[in-house]
Amino acid sequence: MPLFDSLYNFAHWLTQNRDEAEDLVQETYVKALKGFSSFQPGTNFRAWIFRILRNTFLTSRTGLQASRTVPLESDEEDPAVAVTVETPESILIERDSQGRVQAAIEGLPVIFREALLLCDVEDMSYQEIAETLSIPIGTVMSRLSRARRALRQALGEKVQEAKHG
Amino acid sequence: MVSDTWQTEIDRYVDAELSGEQMRAMAAHLRDCPSCAAGVLQRMQLKRVTKLAGKRYTPTAEFRRLVEGRVTARTRRARRWIWAPALALATVLLVGAGISLNRWSERSRSQQLLGELADLHVTNLAASTPVDVVSSDRHTVKPWFQGKLPFTFDLPELQGSPFTLVGGRVVYFEHEPGAHLIYALRSHHISVFIFRDRPELDRAFSRRDYSVDLLSFHLQSWTVGGLRYFVFGDASPEYIRQLSELLRKAARA
Repeated sequence: MPLFDSLYNFAHWLTQNRDEAEDLVQETYVKALKGFSSFQPGTNFRAWIFRILRNTFLTSRTGLQASRTVPLESDEEDPAVAVTVETPESILIERDSQGRVQAAIEGLPVIFREALLLCDVEDMSYQEIAETLSIPIGTVMSRLSRARRALRQALGEKVQEAKHG
Repeated sequence: MVSDTWQTEIDRYVDAELSGEQMRAMAAHLRDCPSCAAGVLQRMQLKRVTKLAGKRYTPTAEFRRLVEGRVTARTRRARRWIWAPALALATVLLVGAGISLNRWSERSRSQQLLGELADLHVTNLAASTPVDVVSSDRHTVKPWFQGKLPFTFDLPELQGSPFTLVGGRVVYFEHEPGAHLIYALRSHHISVFIFRDRPELDRAFSRRDYSVDLLSFHLQSWTVGGLRYFVFGDASPEYIRQLSELLRKAARA
């Protein structure tokens, strides 16, 4: 099955729950098969099926809860996620602690988490991410930027916690 | 400290979203800006650890089999049903092809019949005696056909019109006898053919009223009272139409 592992991984990151991720993936394939006629040959299949999964998630109970806690869209700098740790060393330290990075990603608001995962894990282009999330490319760039700043901040905090703990 | 100007560019550089020219410009800038170079290094490291950490969840073999089974079953059902639209599509195509073929056949038939009428018109006019009854009086011409044709018809009063009746003769068209009347319009001669209407003529000319321009000839055809009329000549379409209207009125009277 095409993209099965990727879809499952993305679904699990979104739902944070194995059972819900499985339901989400199943429903995605069912919808994709049912609505395959809506797929336009020549367009991006990966973006199409990821979009189905993401839209299905947004209408689920977990997705609705997540969408209620979405931070306001803004291209302006967010003081709450201002960079506090910007040294490469801190990132290198974290490389040895994958669990800490995963916890930091988990802690991101879902709109930042999904953009970051599609870009860095799925290696999607900005255009593909824009198609998947149905948002403009400028918003993709803004979300990625904020996601990375938030991630760095969270990692810095965790490093500090580790040093002092 | 990375300048704001380069912040966005660094993200795009790390994500391979810059064009070739922009990449070269960024590379040149990074050689001269240690701050931005450090920023790029940091983002690349972050991207790498995110990628490693992001590949976190793997579906179980059991779940994979379950979904594969359901997808396969659904695909099989879909394959069965795919024949329904395929059959419908094929039917539509066949019917469409049949209609097209039929229309092509009708067009081809009408062209053949038009050719025959044109031959009748031209050869009769070229003959030494184009008509067998020579008269401009419709009350002379019409009775002449009695006993020669299995039908009768009415001819229009031409007073006040630009047309003059020259005469008539019996012709055979598709093995059926008919009336061939010749009208003069100044130096033009216009043929009027009257035949019993037949289904094949309706099919060939596709509708009750038909007009066409062919090799500078103009034709109008219609059916009325079980008869099919053809008005054919090299006069302008307006005169063809005008004579046709006179004949229609006469038939309706």
